[in-house]
Amino acid sequence: MATSSITPPSVSRRQLLKGGMALGTAAALAPAWATAWGQSSGPGGEHGNIYANGIEEGPEVSLAIRRESIPIDGQPARPISINGSSPGPLVRLREGQDAVLRVTNLLDEPTSIHWHGLILPAEMDGVPGLSFAGIAPGETFTYRFPVRQNGTYWYHSHSGLQEQLGHAGPLIIDAAEPEPFSYDREHVLLLTDWTFESPMTVFRNLKIAEGYYNHQERTVADFFADVRDKGFAATAEMRSMWARMRMSSRDIADVTGSTYTYLINGHSPGDNWTALFKAGEKVRLRVINGSAMSYFDVRIPGLTMTVVAADGQPVQPVPVDEFRIGVAETYDVLVTPDSDLAYTIFAETMDRSGYALATLAPRQGMRGQIPERRRIADRGMEAMGAHDMDGMDHSGMDGMDHSGMDGMDHSGMDGMDHSGMDGMDHSSMSGMDHGAMGGMAAEREVVNTNGMLAAGQAQPGSRYDQAGIGIDPGERRVLVYRDLMALTPWPDRRAPGRELELHLTGNMERYMWSFDGRKFSEVTGPIHFAKDERLRLILINDTMMEHPIHLHGMWMELENGHGELIPRKHTLNVKPGERVSALITADAEGSWAFHCHLLYHMEAGMFRVVQVA
Amino acid sequence: MNNRIPGLTIGAILVMTTFSVAQAEDGYDVPADWPAPMVEHNTGMVLFDRLEYSMPDKGEQAIVWDLQAWYGGDINRVYLKSEGENVQADGEDAEFESLELRYSRLIADFWELQGGVGYQGGVFSDDHEERTYGVMGLQGTMPWLIEVDGALQVSDEGDIALSLEGEYDLRVTQRLYLQPRTEISVAGSEVEEFGVGKGLNSVKVGARLRYEITRRFAPYIGAWWEKQYGDTADFSRATGDATEDTGVVAGVRLMF
Repeated sequence: MATSSITPPSVSRRQLLKGGMALGTAAALAPAWATAWGQSSGPGGEHGNIYANGIEEGPEVSLAIRRESIPIDGQPARPISINGSSPGPLVRLREGQDAVLRVTNLLDEPTSIHWHGLILPAEMDGVPGLSFAGIAPGETFTYRFPVRQNGTYWYHSHSGLQEQLGHAGPLIIDAAEPEPFSYDREHVLLLTDWTFESPMTVFRNLKIAEGYYNHQERTVADFFADVRDKGFAATAEMRSMWARMRMSSRDIADVTGSTYTYLINGHSPGDNWTALFKAGEKVRLRVINGSAMSYFDVRIPGLTMTVVAADGQPVQPVPVDEFRIGVAETYDVLVTPDSDLAYTIFAETMDRSGYALATLAPRQGMRGQIPERRRIADRGMEAMGAHDMDGMDHSGMDGMDHSGMDGMDHSGMDGMDHSGMDGMDHSSMSGMDHGAMGGMAAEREVVNTNGMLAAGQAQPGSRYDQAGIGIDPGERRVLVYRDLMALTPWPDRRAPGRELELHLTGNMERYMWSFDGRKFSEVTGPIHFAKDERLRLILINDTMMEHPIHLHGMWMELENGHGELIPRKHTLNVKPGERVSALITADAEGSWAFHCHLLYHMEAGMFRVVQVA
Repeated sequence: MNNRIPGLTIGAILVMTTFSVAQAEDGYDVPADWPAPMVEHNTGMVLFDRLEYSMPDKGEQAIVWDLQAWYGGDINRVYLKSEGENVQADGEDAEFESLELRYSRLIADFWELQGGVGYQGGVFSDDHEERTYGVMGLQGTMPWLIEVDGALQVSDEGDIALSLEGEYDLRVTQRLYLQPRTEISVAGSEVEEFGVGKGLNSVKVGARLRYEITRRFAPYIGAWWEKQYGDTADFSRATGDATEDTGVVAGVRLMF
């Protein structure tokens, strides 16, 4: 039970309302931390005064949650605001502080704030029903926890669908010790997806009609284009396979640009939010995907981005031209714009239905070129590639019934071969008749003596060397999970004592999402971790969509093949058909949320409780 | 009105309800007054799959509807289904060809097994013959994305009828859909007052071209061909009706 208590607001509601309104008019429509000059700081640097209003500096911070009218993309909207802006202010803490965060609920429904990625006591985690009772209307809850880490994180509501209404904000923890890289200036780029529909309407639409928001489905014209490119036989085979499965190969995003306006720091592409720099400066961009449902591919044409941190944790620098950021992930990148030019920060959604845009420029009022948009890609065989037939039978690979599997005979595979599935040669194809999908079964024999893979070794069936759907690796350097390496090994270097396997499952047609085929409402009891045990969590994605899987309270060390230099994350993107594993040190006692961070997947049941005892 | 409901249907409903969903049992320690971390909501919708004005070549013009509404969770739902028409210029009120209340359960990823009761007859009047029946249905999506809705009706007189509908959406553009559609009716016994003969009654084939202005509002135009067979055709001949007809339709698909 929470040690902290719910206290009446220290300021009266009227005062808060007045304060909120004053802020609303003064800071106009944007979160104040999104000030153009950002933070001219860096290790030992001075905090710019120009920015002071925009930040809620720790260790003591008060946040007021309200629903108010704030235009978005120039249109009337009623988001949830935090201290008068939506998304909320930058909460800036320092490693080693004892944070005291007072959150006052001025909504007419319960709310909460979850500090995403923070290692803290379970009762401070902010999940109603697990960590605490939630914050009732009119009440203030005081979060108190020691800050034991540093880096780029974020915070958001964990109550219902409030996150979709902009109830989120960036959270930065300054390091106690110098960071392993330096920079002259920093900017926060918080990516969100805004809809003028109510979140409940969006959820209902997903429930009542499959593909409600997808206006990039395949048409007759696509069929003929494929026939032209790949020949009739290959096209017919591929299309018939998808049709037999009753699925859409264009199902890349459930909620798309047909309802979403994609925002950076609360600003639409039309707003052209501008982050300023002086030529030659090294700029740190703290990129946070705070959206409800949207994966973004982020690039700044003309600049190489050096990834220096993932999910707040430092990694060995990786120079890239583009990176995909799953929902709830964060990446810190360094760029050095040395020309007096405007650069476009371009965040295209994974399904190519839209983009968020900001400008990195030496002066206000400049615009870079908007890059050419890519077309939506079709999912191919890799979407179902990582599991063998047994896996399909037992895990209830949704939509793949026996009749569908029968259809996957050798002739069908020929068709696949022609459609350009590299790495799938004929010999492994014929293996499919006997139950092995792809060449995965053979690889699985790489085990150590006790029957488990060595710690840090990549699971067969993982695709850490691929960025995912819609990315052409030949086009530019794109970050992949394989690139992520910790700077130094993390403290717990024990091998896992056991493996825990969870399948990511769903029924797209009904919009049911689950772990191991059971929604949260259908499971009895939590997933048990023994206190201080070291275990391996294996996530097997049986669905045809990406899922960003988030574990509260503990790090997940991503076993991407780098042995001791295993990177650690709070959110793992698991691609369709992929098998991903992470090592976990279960050192955080209590009940923790474990869920898909796609908001409507979580709402539809893709949620579990992990109990560490 | 006779309310003898065939035992078959009641039995089926009972069998289906015995698989009711087990309630979540929270195995972690939280105070009783805390809310559940995730709450499941029921959903519902109303779909006029067809709401159209039909202009047959030989028969009478009519307003035709094909409605289904449901409410419930992911597995268990209650359906209200109705098909019917109001033949214009016949001086009679509209007629429910079917008005059904069904309990529905998801039995496989793409399939719902349904059971319930139905009524056939006048909407507000005694203009039409009436009967009640029990109905069992299987509704879902076949491989190849063909939507099917099959129903077995057993009337209060013990007459058995089988109907099967299938439709497919061919996406011409992101908003323009060509929807071929077929309906087959078979009866196990003759019911003269409803013009039903034994065996294959009729086959109806049509195609509709629909433009989705929004997902919820999609006007369409279409054409159909229908042919009656066997005794059913004889009944029509006896009343001077055509046994084979074609027609065009204009209508709207509505979703709420």
